[in-house]
Amino acid sequence: MRAGKLVLLFLAGGLFGMGLTVSGMTDPARVIGFLDIFGAWDPALLFVMAGAVGIYGMGMLILRRFAGVKLSSAAASPIDRQLVIGATIFGVGWGLGGFCPGPALANLGALQIEALLFVPTMAIGMLLAQRFFGADRE
Amino acid sequence: MQEIAICGLFDIRASSLQPSSRRLPMLHHYTLWHALVGGILIGLASLLATALSGKIPGISGVFGRLLVPATPDKAWRSVFLFGLIGGAALSFALWQSAALFRPMRPLLVMAIAGLLVGFGTRLGGGCTSGHGVCGVGMGAKDSIAATLIFMATAMLTVFIYNRVVL
Repeated sequence: MRAGKLVLLFLAGGLFGMGLTVSGMTDPARVIGFLDIFGAWDPALLFVMAGAVGIYGMGMLILRRFAGVKLSSAAASPIDRQLVIGATIFGVGWGLGGFCPGPALANLGALQIEALLFVPTMAIGMLLAQRFFGADRE
Repeated sequence: MQEIAICGLFDIRASSLQPSSRRLPMLHHYTLWHALVGGILIGLASLLATALSGKIPGISGVFGRLLVPATPDKAWRSVFLFGLIGGAALSFALWQSAALFRPMRPLLVMAIAGLLVGFGTRLGGGCTSGHGVCGVGMGAKDSIAATLIFMATAMLTVFIYNRVVL
């Protein structure tokens, strides 16, 4: 990949990290507040998702129609047992910690002890899934 | 403004104790606008990364594949993730509301959560960004199903944790 493209991908990553922090999603209390529907519910995560999904959906529509962008994995994978079990386990971990992968990585930028612990165990979990279940759908 | 940015960059903890008049005025108090604008930034970043890489830039997939020695396209993956950490560090330093971090769980629970998040996202083929933002944004049925499932189990987990453990 050309250097110019890599610089732009670095900037895209930077934009992603800023989006996560500005939206408050790097604060586990805000995420758990959203998940706590029977407690003091915090709707913020819904607004984050609405903004992100809306922009990405519209943008992809335009890119695919007018710029001819093709994805190597554009066809949706089947809803099989692996997907259901994987999503279930991810949800349990997300509810336990209030971290999903993006915010966990972002919090490395503040050297939060929670992130410094969470990211390595997350990497171990990923390696286990990839090693023993050949998990490589995208 | 530049001076504030620089001193904030190098001393995140100390700078958050400074009086708020020293910081950029707009982002001190969190509102749902922050959530929406932050979400739009995430959507734009994902869009840009998709156009440049030709892949769906879900964070769990980008990160997980970096751990596999045979992955051919490691360069853009690592650059994207370093950018993410750098962008986060920059906004932690600049904005008080972005730097807010309220620990919720003991460290042992965080370690177990990390294990489950890593395993589950790779087994299920995506996380909140790959399935939740990109997949749902494109109307992919598997991503919509995955997102509904992990939202539901996460809510159930919080419900149980709050009543059994806390």
